[in-house]
Amino acid sequence: MSAATPLLEVRALSKSFPGVRALDRVSLTLHRGELLAVVGENGAGKSTLMKVLAGIQSPDSGEIFIEGAPVRLDTVQRATTHGIALIHQELNLAENLDVAANIFLGREPRKFGFIDGGKLRADAGALLQRLGMTISPSTGLHSLAIGHRQMIEIAKALSKNARILIMDEPTSSLSSRETEQLFRVIGELKSAGVSIIYISHHMSEVRALADRVTVLRDGKNAGELQRGEISHDRLVRLMVGRDLAKGAREDSAPTGEIVLDVDGVVTDAYPAERTDLQVRTGEIVAIAGLVGAGRTELLETLFGVRRRLGGTVRVGGQVLRGASPREAVSAGLALAPEDRKRCGLVLDMFLRENLSLVAAADDARFGFLNQRRERGRSIELTEQLGIRARGPKQVVKFLSGGNQQKVVLGKWLALQPRVLMLDEPTRGIDVGAKDEIYKLMRRLAGEGVGLIFASSELEEILLVADRVLVMHEGRIAGELSRAEMDEEAIMRLATGGAVAGAGVA
Amino acid sequence: MKKILGILGLLITICVFTASLNENFLSAYNLQNTLRWTALYGIISIGVAFVIISGGIDLSIGSVVGLTGSVLAWLLTVRGVSVPVALAACMGMSLAIGLAHGLLITKLKLQPFVVTLCGLLLYRGLARFVTDDQSLGFGSSFEGLRALATGSIPLTEKFSIPLPAIILAVVGVAAAVLLRLTVFGRYLLALGSNEEAARYSGIRTDRIVIAAYVFCSLLAGVGGVLFALDVNSVQPSGLGEFYELYAIAAAVLGGCSLRGGEGSILGVVIGAAVMRVLYNAINILHIPTHLEFAIIGIVILGGVIADELVRRLVGRKRVAVKD
Repeated sequence: MSAATPLLEVRALSKSFPGVRALDRVSLTLHRGELLAVVGENGAGKSTLMKVLAGIQSPDSGEIFIEGAPVRLDTVQRATTHGIALIHQELNLAENLDVAANIFLGREPRKFGFIDGGKLRADAGALLQRLGMTISPSTGLHSLAIGHRQMIEIAKALSKNARILIMDEPTSSLSSRETEQLFRVIGELKSAGVSIIYISHHMSEVRALADRVTVLRDGKNAGELQRGEISHDRLVRLMVGRDLAKGAREDSAPTGEIVLDVDGVVTDAYPAERTDLQVRTGEIVAIAGLVGAGRTELLETLFGVRRRLGGTVRVGGQVLRGASPREAVSAGLALAPEDRKRCGLVLDMFLRENLSLVAAADDARFGFLNQRRERGRSIELTEQLGIRARGPKQVVKFLSGGNQQKVVLGKWLALQPRVLMLDEPTRGIDVGAKDEIYKLMRRLAGEGVGLIFASSELEEILLVADRVLVMHEGRIAGELSRAEMDEEAIMRLATGGAVAGAGVA
Repeated sequence: MKKILGILGLLITICVFTASLNENFLSAYNLQNTLRWTALYGIISIGVAFVIISGGIDLSIGSVVGLTGSVLAWLLTVRGVSVPVALAACMGMSLAIGLAHGLLITKLKLQPFVVTLCGLLLYRGLARFVTDDQSLGFGSSFEGLRALATGSIPLTEKFSIPLPAIILAVVGVAAAVLLRLTVFGRYLLALGSNEEAARYSGIRTDRIVIAAYVFCSLLAGVGGVLFALDVNSVQPSGLGEFYELYAIAAAVLGGCSLRGGEGSILGVVIGAAVMRVLYNAINILHIPTHLEFAIIGIVILGGVIADELVRRLVGRKRVAVKD
């Protein structure tokens, strides 16, 4: 780490889009072998900054220096020649090709104009070995889990001699074992002199990995913390510009009769497991577990978008055949899905149209839309949920993640559901909006709705849930009451340990 | 709305251009004919618009036109069936075709392109088989029925409105109301834009998609009857050939996105008008008719390119203003 000239220096970078100033004179420095975490709420400008560095977007103004020399990173090719590589949140790999072909896509070694398969696999094998991966270069990509795919992306970046790796939420879909492996690889890359810019929402990761943190807020530099200064509270304060009024749910709210009764349900993901669970009115039940534990599959099966292979589901005494979401909806069972852009919202439609997506049929008279009620509902829900939008005719695509999630919830509230299921209710949502979602969940519970939510964030479970069911490989491995739950107990169950087991994972 | 202004501009440009080169373009006779043909094509274009908005495609329209037209002529002239029964049979048949398309696409999850491509071949073959591939003429015994296609309502001394235009107006208004003011239309637009989100919202997406295909085939059937009556003689191998492409072109010109979830009925009708006026212009300006397809292709391509360029220009300007 030469203190004199940083490997990368960004000075006063600005970039505007229609209606937003995404970056406003942002600066940062990165040294050799350093891991710089970049944090900030959604919309703080992290993604734009990374895209500028990777050559995907060009800045309106500002300067970029590599080893002290000014550079222009107008195209991805230029960024690549300067040794910058972006590992995308959504991985860009070809499913139909094998690992080696993916790593060298577009840069295949050639012999007489044909692809030199031997060299291709040998080079790929060397890279995989460097990353400590045991898979063969000729493995088909389609057979790889998401964690491995990410390693392939990293291998691809290394194959281009990347000196600066930009990782955008790299752990968002990794299991804890995959995350551990990623962290180990990151450590090795650093000691080999590779610098890393690491974007994350997860405070624990930032604390564990970062040599330095740059915080962005509203497209501006909000502050910087050295390794020794990094703490959860300080980061949050810099990100939101204020202290968060937080506090765990005081006591388990008084709960009423059983409103969701699941008996021996079998999902197509884990046909050998049967699931029983109950949710009472006014209760908030969390489902914890690692990625792939079957949480999403369980919720989707209950809702009827996945085929149920067995068991019964009752909502307020009404038996669901599990034939279609329509049936679940009319019984009062709602689902705010994990992937809200794909499954929760019609992004190109107006706010008011999305808020009425579920209720339009009930409002209708002789099949005609009730425009007046739709407008009224839109205004009412916008205010009630604190949705920040320009008006009922705002296209939902342009709302922030937190506001989009509120629209999904609003869509269901219009129908007054008995049971609301939420899958990763705050994924990709910034800290301030998370808090609002939690408040809303508690308020609904207070109004007698039964809530059940799946979450990968232990903090969130501890904060909101009355009770947590921990899933492991398709099975509910255990249940913890409010008094029993802590991160350790949940993780022990989630990784397959017993409740009373002594060992810590 | 902006898209409609664009296509309306194109229509007016072509009209002004043609009229300035040949005054016959504005003659009552020519206008009435163009209007009649616009109406016939408009009806089938509205049908395919529903399917395109749902995110699908229907390539069988031309063959459905051919089949219903042929079956109508065959029932009336060869089998001697009464007019109401023959009409009902034609409508029932096209409805069944749409239902079959919809069921195959939603329940068996076949691709719309494949299903309706097979339909294109199947119905054309059936039309030729049923009629022995013979041309059938209505002769002069069905003048009352033919008035549906050839009749008109006098407006002034010189100009009268062709009946098909009235039919188009009725169908168009009904379709626009259906698309914009009913729950069906809202859900069609929603699922065309994002089918998953619609399904996750408890919308019965299958039913809506099936209904879209039924409307499409039904309107193709109505078109088939009118086209057959208009020419008064049906050639099973040729009636309706390529009409699916005219209809799809009109819908796309009129602002329907082939990605689904977008489109307006008024735009589609204007799109159909553009096609017919172009065709008319080629004729009365004595452009070699062999160039017909080429010219229509170029104008549509030009229109789409202009639309895209204008959109980009507007987008860039907005950036500049906000800065």
